[in-house]
Amino acid sequence: MNTVTEGTRDSTGQTPGAQRKEAVNGDRELFSIKDCALVALATGKKARMLQELRSQLADIDAASIYHHFWGGLLQARFGEREYNNDFASWIWHGIHDPVLAERLAALAPADFPDLETLRREIIELIDTRMDEMEHLIWARATGQFEFICSQIVVFDTGRRLEKPAELAAVMADLTTSSIFYHFIDARRRTSDGRDDFSDWLAGFGNEFVTLQEQLACVDPYFSSLSELRDELALLFTAYFQAPRS
Amino acid sequence: MSMLDDYAQVAGSDVIAQLHQLASPLAGARVVHVNSTRIGGGVAEILTKLVPLMQELGIDTRWEVITGESEFFECTKGMHNTLQGNRIPLGESLLRVYEETNARNAEILRPALEAADFVFIHDPQPAALLRHCSDRKGKWVWRCHIDASHPYRPVWKYLHDFVAPYDASIFSLAAFAQELPHPQYLIPPSIDPLSEKNVELDSSAIQNTAEKYRIDTQRPVVVQVSRFDRFKDPVGVIQAYQLAKQFLPALQLVLAGGGAADDPEGEAVLSEVQASARGDPDIHVLLLPPDAHREINALQRIAEIVLQKSIREGFGLTVTEAMWKGRPVIGGDVGGIRLQVINHHTGFLVNTPEGAALRIRYLLHQPGKIDEMGRKARVFVRDNFLITRHLREYLTLMVALLNGARDRIELT
Repeated sequence: MNTVTEGTRDSTGQTPGAQRKEAVNGDRELFSIKDCALVALATGKKARMLQELRSQLADIDAASIYHHFWGGLLQARFGEREYNNDFASWIWHGIHDPVLAERLAALAPADFPDLETLRREIIELIDTRMDEMEHLIWARATGQFEFICSQIVVFDTGRRLEKPAELAAVMADLTTSSIFYHFIDARRRTSDGRDDFSDWLAGFGNEFVTLQEQLACVDPYFSSLSELRDELALLFTAYFQAPRS
Repeated sequence: MSMLDDYAQVAGSDVIAQLHQLASPLAGARVVHVNSTRIGGGVAEILTKLVPLMQELGIDTRWEVITGESEFFECTKGMHNTLQGNRIPLGESLLRVYEETNARNAEILRPALEAADFVFIHDPQPAALLRHCSDRKGKWVWRCHIDASHPYRPVWKYLHDFVAPYDASIFSLAAFAQELPHPQYLIPPSIDPLSEKNVELDSSAIQNTAEKYRIDTQRPVVVQVSRFDRFKDPVGVIQAYQLAKQFLPALQLVLAGGGAADDPEGEAVLSEVQASARGDPDIHVLLLPPDAHREINALQRIAEIVLQKSIREGFGLTVTEAMWKGRPVIGGDVGGIRLQVINHHTGFLVNTPEGAALRIRYLLHQPGKIDEMGRKARVFVRDNFLITRHLREYLTLMVALLNGARDRIELT
């Protein structure tokens, strides 16, 4: 068997994104297209009541919170989701409280600097709701919530991009898991929490500032990965085909 | 053309490229899968394709089957039933047969198992093999295909002692996972889109099967394909059909199933089903041989709606098969069926014969819904439940196991 190496993570749970790029001629960098596969693990933690969910949330590994907001995108799930994170979905289907479900569903994880801040906000929303409706503390769910986490294996496809314009050509052919890695998972790895494409474009100085702004407007939270890929492919194609002064 | 090239036609070439990349760090690894039957049941079906696909990816993979006498299978069927919730203690003498049979099989398999880099032990039947392989060098994984969400505790406690020393286990759903001192991976099973049971059939093959079993394709047909097993609730299916038939007199029901070598109860359940169906020529109870894959394929395509009214279900591959053929499924609200049947989208989840009857009536009065749900069902299976996804997750797990419990692994 060949050997593999594991990525390193700092104390905030972020992995340096620099390994994605290779220096070319000293200053320009190639974009390395990577792909990933994810396998889920049971944590053994379960909740049958809202109070129990809140207690477990306080202690659960941040990787599980990540999974329930993002990781599930790479797992078997039906495209037309009612709620875009598992906590909101369980609050509605298990606890039957539409108010808290809606508030949790409105959380956009990309808006939070890290998973710990996101965790505190989820707990805050649950506490607020339990203050509003005391009976919810003891409400027994009709189905239990199982905390899941995941392991991600990242591999190099061997494909390299030299110029940003090549993004338009390759985007439609990328796997959905590659889109996940570069556009969603990157936010956890890069120091300023942005996607890999923007990170690479930033290395070209001010030349692609407009494109980076357009990428920042793409909300990855409300689409399936294949829809997200289509949206990015359109965006890059439109940008690079448009006449420029 | 290789097998993987064939799968690229269905799943996409990018999916196959991913498999090659994930398999490259595992090149040359020796893998052994062990179960208790080569024919019949979902596990054997999966291994039939998973093993050659792993071989084609450069992984030295073999599939071993343990053997046992009828008492052994009586015991393991009892284990299966009790893990799914039946509260029936297993006698000491049966448990002794279980342990002796595993010990005897270990004598034969030990060299291959101890030399392997990865050993996948499927279900409880061969779970005790590990105890007899003290010089094992590889990672041992217990793959539980059963809905073990509410096991009968004394039997689980007994099995726990055999399973706990494994390096990892795999369950189909988080709800099935049990307290164990090692990582518990979650991998749903899958279907093989190119198998005899799932390939496209021409209309003459479908019509031939209908004629052979005297099914009138001009009238509505509902089908349940499953072993004759109480957990599949075949008698409840007949009740649902009878309730629906009061409103839809032309309705026909097909209950098709085979036995499996490791299932000694099938005959008794079949007799109960035949007794319930007696006197109604529109109920077709078919006991099919284990290799009747094309006929099952045809029966699922003959159906307007497929039922899987289980009261316990590990995953329900017959649900996946039906959805792949673009059929909506009315399924029991249990286990892995919940992962596949999305209420009002790919079918309906039900809890009673009455619920199943209501949904049969609804769908047969809304043919447009049958088509719409069927289309969604096929796409859902293509994206999530084909064998290529299953294989990818096995490879990911193997790479992950080589690297410990880290949540992020970068392949060089």
